[in-house]
Amino acid sequence: MDALAPAAPVEHGPSLRQRLAARGFDAVTLLVIPAAIFSLLLFVYPFAFGFVLSFEPKAGGDWLANYRRFFSDPFLYDTIANTLRLAIPVTLLNLLLAVPIAFRVRLMRRQRLLTTILVLPITLGTVLVAEGLLNYLGPQGWFNRTLITFGLISQPLKLVHNYWGVFASLVITGFPFTFLLTLSYVTGIDPALEQAAATLGASAWQRFRHVYLPLLMPGFAITFCLSFVQAFSVFPSAVLLGEPAGVTRVISIAAATAAFEEYDYSMASAIAMIMGFVQLGIVLAVLASRGLFYRGPASGAKG
Amino acid sequence: MTIALSQFDEVRLDRVSRDFGALNALRDVSLTIRRREFIALLGPSGCGKSTTLNCIAGLLPVTGGAIWLDKSRVDTLRPEERGFGMVFQNYALFPHLNVRQNIGFGLKMRGKPKAEIDRKVDEALNLVRLGGQENKLPGQLSGGQQQRVAIARAIVIEPPLVLMDEPLSNLDAKLRLEMRAEIRRIHNELGATTIYVTHDQDEALSLADRIVVLRDGVVRQAGTPKELYEAPAHLDVADFMGFRNKLQGKVVGSDGSRVVLDVEGARISGVARESLSTGAAAYAAVRPDDLMVGEAGQNAIAATVDTIEYRGREFVGTAHSRGGLDFVFRSHQSVEPGSPVHLRADDQRVLVFAEPIQGRQ
Repeated sequence: MDALAPAAPVEHGPSLRQRLAARGFDAVTLLVIPAAIFSLLLFVYPFAFGFVLSFEPKAGGDWLANYRRFFSDPFLYDTIANTLRLAIPVTLLNLLLAVPIAFRVRLMRRQRLLTTILVLPITLGTVLVAEGLLNYLGPQGWFNRTLITFGLISQPLKLVHNYWGVFASLVITGFPFTFLLTLSYVTGIDPALEQAAATLGASAWQRFRHVYLPLLMPGFAITFCLSFVQAFSVFPSAVLLGEPAGVTRVISIAAATAAFEEYDYSMASAIAMIMGFVQLGIVLAVLASRGLFYRGPASGAKG
Repeated sequence: MTIALSQFDEVRLDRVSRDFGALNALRDVSLTIRRREFIALLGPSGCGKSTTLNCIAGLLPVTGGAIWLDKSRVDTLRPEERGFGMVFQNYALFPHLNVRQNIGFGLKMRGKPKAEIDRKVDEALNLVRLGGQENKLPGQLSGGQQQRVAIARAIVIEPPLVLMDEPLSNLDAKLRLEMRAEIRRIHNELGATTIYVTHDQDEALSLADRIVVLRDGVVRQAGTPKELYEAPAHLDVADFMGFRNKLQGKVVGSDGSRVVLDVEGARISGVARESLSTGAAAYAAVRPDDLMVGEAGQNAIAATVDTIEYRGREFVGTAHSRGGLDFVFRSHQSVEPGSPVHLRADDQRVLVFAEPIQGRQ
C-alpha cells in the first residue's frame, strides 16, 4: 500500500444527538409527549369533532343551517350580547379593583396570608358561592335585613335572580384569579424605577401614569383576556343567581338547552363554536392592541 | 452652558438616625456638605452608606434628626419635592422610554416647554458624550452607555445635589476606570455637588474631595483622601485604607505618640493613633507595601512563607506566624514557600490602634 494514500475518512463533527440537542431537541423534549397526547385526546379531537358536527344539522338542510338558525333567532343570538354584557363589565371591574390592591399588597410583609384569604373563593367553587349569595343577598337575607333595620330602605332590594346576582357572583369568583395575575405583574417591576421617577420629580400619579402603566399594559391585556374567557363561559351562577330565561340567558345556557333539552348535539356544537369565536375575537382584539405597547423586560439593567 | 445647577451654600445632616425596627441603620450622623464638594461615603456593606443616601434623597424617611438645605428643612419633603438628582446602582432607566425620553423625563414631569426640554437634553447628551444614541432603548445600550444615560437624566433637572449609589459596581474593571474619570469630569464641568456611595476605597480616594467612612451606622472618620490614607483614626478605617496586616499584641511601653507592642514575643513599635494604656490589647497595622523581608531584630517578626507571586517589579507574598497571624508582604527577591523569614516594617510606617468596635452595640 502506498503510505501516502489518504487514511479512511474519520467521522468529524458533532453526532446526530449533539446536532439535535443544539436545536433544542433532547431527552427532556420527550417529556412533552404525554401532555401533547393528553391535549390531543381531550381538546383537539373533541374540538374538531364538534366543529364537523356543527355542520351536520340534525333536522337536515344545508351545512350552514345551524348557524343560519342561530343568527336569525333573537332568542339565540341575543345570548351573545347577554354574555358580553356580563363578562366585559365584570372583567373590567375586577381588573380595576385588583390594580390598587396589588399595588398595596406588593409592599406588605404578610403577603401570603392575604393572598390565601383572597384565593379562597376560587377553591369554594361557583355553586357554593351562588348558594351563599342567595342567602345573603336574598329578600330575607342579612344584607336586606340590615338595610331595613337601619331604615335605609323600606322594601328589600332585589339583588338575586337578576343581572346583579350573576354580576356579584362573577366578581367574587373571578377577582382572586385577576388579582393574583395582576399581583405577579406588579411585583415584577423593579421598585427602583419608581424611586428613580420620584427623585426626578414625578408625583405618585405621574409615576403610575408614565412608569407603571406603560410597563404593566401588556400584563393587564393578558389578565383581561384570561379573566374575560373565564367570565364568558359563566353557567352555574347564571342559572342559580340569574334570570336564565331573560337577561342572564347566556350563551352557555343556549348551548345546554340545545344539547340536553332538544337533544340537538349538532346545534349545541354550532353554539359552542360561535361562543369560541366570539371569545377568540375579543382576545385577539385585545392582544393586537398590546402590540402598541412596550414589550420587554421591566427593569432597566441588563441583569 | 444652559444646564445650571441650583445654587446653595451647604447641605447639613443634623444627627440623622434611621431605624429598621430594632436595628439602628444610622445613628446620629452629622455631616455638612459644601457647594461643589465631591463627598464619598465609604464603608463595608451594611454600614449605612446607602441608607444615608436614601434618607437624603427622601426614599427612606429619617427616624431622627433633620436634613437642611441652607435654611430650609428638606427631610420632611417627599422625594419629588426635594429635586435631588440620583444615579442608581442598577441605573433604573425606564425600559420603555428611549434615551432622549429617559433624560427628558424629569423636565417633562415638571411641565417644562418642549423646546426647553429638547435643548437641555441635547446639552446633557453632549455632556455625557452620548450623541447619536438618543433614539435607542436602554436595553440596546452597553452598561457604560446606560450609566451615562443615568447620569444625564439625574443632572438635567439641575439639582442642587447629585446622589450616586455605587454607580460603577455593575461595570467591568476597564469601564469602571473610564467612567470614574467621566464622573469626575462631569462633576467639574457642571460645578456639581456630589455625594457618592462606594465600598471601593480606590474609587473614594481618587474621586472625592472628602471621604466619610461609615461603619455600623456611625461616622468613623471624615477627611480628605490624604488625611484618611495617611492617618486613619481607627482600625476599621485603616483596614479600608489598605492596612491589610493587623498584628494583635499587648502594649508594653509608650513614649509620647510612640508605643511598643509585644506581638508573639517580638517587639513592634509604631505610632499610636488612639490613646493606649500599658497592658491593653492593641493592633499594629501595616500596609503590605511597608512590610518587607529583612533581618531579625527590632520591628521584625518571624513567619513562614505560604505563597509568593511575581508582580513585575517585585514579589508579593503571604505568610503566617507561629501564633496564627496572617501577613501580606513585599519582597525584592523570590522566597520559597515554606521557608522561614523575618518580616519587618519601619516604625514610622506602623500605626497602632486600640481594639476595634465589636459589631453593633
